[in-house]
Amino acid sequence: MELTAFDKQLLNILQGGVQFVPKPYEAMARQLGVSEDRVISRLQELKKDGFIRKVGAFFNSDKLGYSGTLVAAKIEPDYVEDVATKINEYPEITHNYQRSCGYVLWFTAITNNDERRNQILSEIRALPGVISLLDLYSQKKYKINVQFKLK
Amino acid sequence: MNFTETDKKIIRALQSDFPICSEPYKVIAEDIGISQEELLQRLEDMKKEGILRKMGAVLRHVEVGFKANALVVWVVPPEKMDEVAAKMCAHSEVTHCYDRNTAPDWPYNFYTMIHMDSKESCIEFARELSKETGIDQYELQFTEREWKKTSMQYFME
Repeated sequence: MELTAFDKQLLNILQGGVQFVPKPYEAMARQLGVSEDRVISRLQELKKDGFIRKVGAFFNSDKLGYSGTLVAAKIEPDYVEDVATKINEYPEITHNYQRSCGYVLWFTAITNNDERRNQILSEIRALPGVISLLDLYSQKKYKINVQFKLK
Repeated sequence: MNFTETDKKIIRALQSDFPICSEPYKVIAEDIGISQEELLQRLEDMKKEGILRKMGAVLRHVEVGFKANALVVWVVPPEKMDEVAAKMCAHSEVTHCYDRNTAPDWPYNFYTMIHMDSKESCIEFARELSKETGIDQYELQFTEREWKKTSMQYFME
């Protein structure tokens, strides 16, 4: 399915944010000059068709008392799939990507205490095929804004 | 950081899918057992306090036309970092921008995630960022496979 000009406008507004009012979709509809029903039914379709990953709240993990890190893993080529599968089992690991460099798996871990984080990393370090891990923590988060301007 | 039980209930309820219906906050407030007014007020507060980054949608970027994405890792002199970050963050194609620590075989201390329509445009865009900032030691890493991408579920213990 191709996105229409209306879909793109709607998705741009939805990415910018849902207002804190009793009828937020009606507020969007007013901005677009259409009915609330049209907005709701179209969004349900766009969600069903897989264009929308998630509508919801995105929290700042630091402010909730959690801290995240990015870990890069060097792995023997034959073990990448096994290790990736094991890594995916941790609920604290939210993203896990295979990339085209010496460190083949890149994953993020979000925990609310250092003990748990160290435990996860040492368990992964001990998996067969894992050569080394880089724990790449961040001090300054300059930007987190996953918003795609659809034209 | 101290959160009340009500705060935790709100956070738990909102981190899953937000209803697409006429009065979504009412649905959530009823589930939690508070009034809609209280919920909306608390959300305003959390937004102001920076606890809530965004209440809205994240799209599936490949499906909406951003077919290629790359992690671009840079070596930026620490004293130039804020200035370089400001320039890079000004571009909407840059969705994430962080500093990070280095390792003996890993000199890169600055990370940007870029989203474009093709690999070629990622390469071209990184070249432009490099020209604009004067940072010429960098590497593009393309995503070869997405093994997992979820949202963190907070306060589940």
